[in-house]
Amino acid sequence: MIGLGHYLAVAAVLFTIGVLGIFLNRRNIILMLMAIELILLSVNINLVAFSAYLGDLTGQVFAMFVLTVAAAEAAIGLAILVIFFRRRGSIAVDDVNRMKG
Amino acid sequence: MTLATLVFTLFASLAIISALLVVFARNPVHSVLWLIVTFFNAAGLMILLGAEFIAILVILVYVGAVAVLFLFIVMMLDVDFAQLRSGFTKNLPFGILIALVLLAEMGIAVIAGQAGPVIADAPPPLEQSNIVALGELMYGRYLVPFELSGLILLVAMIGAIVLTHRTRGDVRPQDVSKQVQRRPEDAVVLKQPESGKGVEL
Repeated sequence: MIGLGHYLAVAAVLFTIGVLGIFLNRRNIILMLMAIELILLSVNINLVAFSAYLGDLTGQVFAMFVLTVAAAEAAIGLAILVIFFRRRGSIAVDDVNRMKG
Repeated sequence: MTLATLVFTLFASLAIISALLVVFARNPVHSVLWLIVTFFNAAGLMILLGAEFIAILVILVYVGAVAVLFLFIVMMLDVDFAQLRSGFTKNLPFGILIALVLLAEMGIAVIAGQAGPVIADAPPPLEQSNIVALGELMYGRYLVPFELSGLILLVAMIGAIVLTHRTRGDVRPQDVSKQVQRRPEDAVVLKQPESGKGVEL
């Protein structure tokens, strides 16, 4: 029978893959943003799983807030990426520190 | 093996495999497409948990908006992705180490949670449907946070527009007030040239 632990394990694996993606693709900011989306998705799975197994719907409300923030973060992040690319002609983020002033 | 176990195994394994492919795909377009697969399978897991509304929301927001935005950006920006991947193998050992430590920590947390009495495993059945109950909660007890999340989305939208908007020099935009203020006296000159002679403006 599937219990809470199974869902938490899936979420943990997804979270780990997200962190791994951030560490591996240090120069590609698009993939870093995708990895952040994976991490937020795993957080959502955790929230929904706990909400279902505790019989308390508050967790699902908070999952919706996480979803909202994830969407806003993706929009702003990609907008910053677009202006960075327009200015520099590349999205290699290991030399962003030149973008001073 | 019951049907629920089978479906859970299917969704969970597909979600994990496609998440791995998001990170390891060579082409970022493929990464985005695998991300969509991951979101669908996560939505399936949420439907198994009885959270239909959040599942539909995940599909609508993540697949319908965020993934399409990513796809749009990946295809719009002409980026040399092979050059961006150059640090991949260099970062591999350290990244895998960090990932293993995180996974081990969370595995310990799950095992420790199963040892003690955390919660009753059987959820009490809801008398309302998921969406009705969630709506009552969102528009009742959590009304102010809900409105604030709308404000966050508004700020994000305005911020994205302000960041990416630029006035281009090579286009001739319409100036309505200039058009409206134009009079016949400014635009038309009546001349009566003699025959055989041109008109000087």
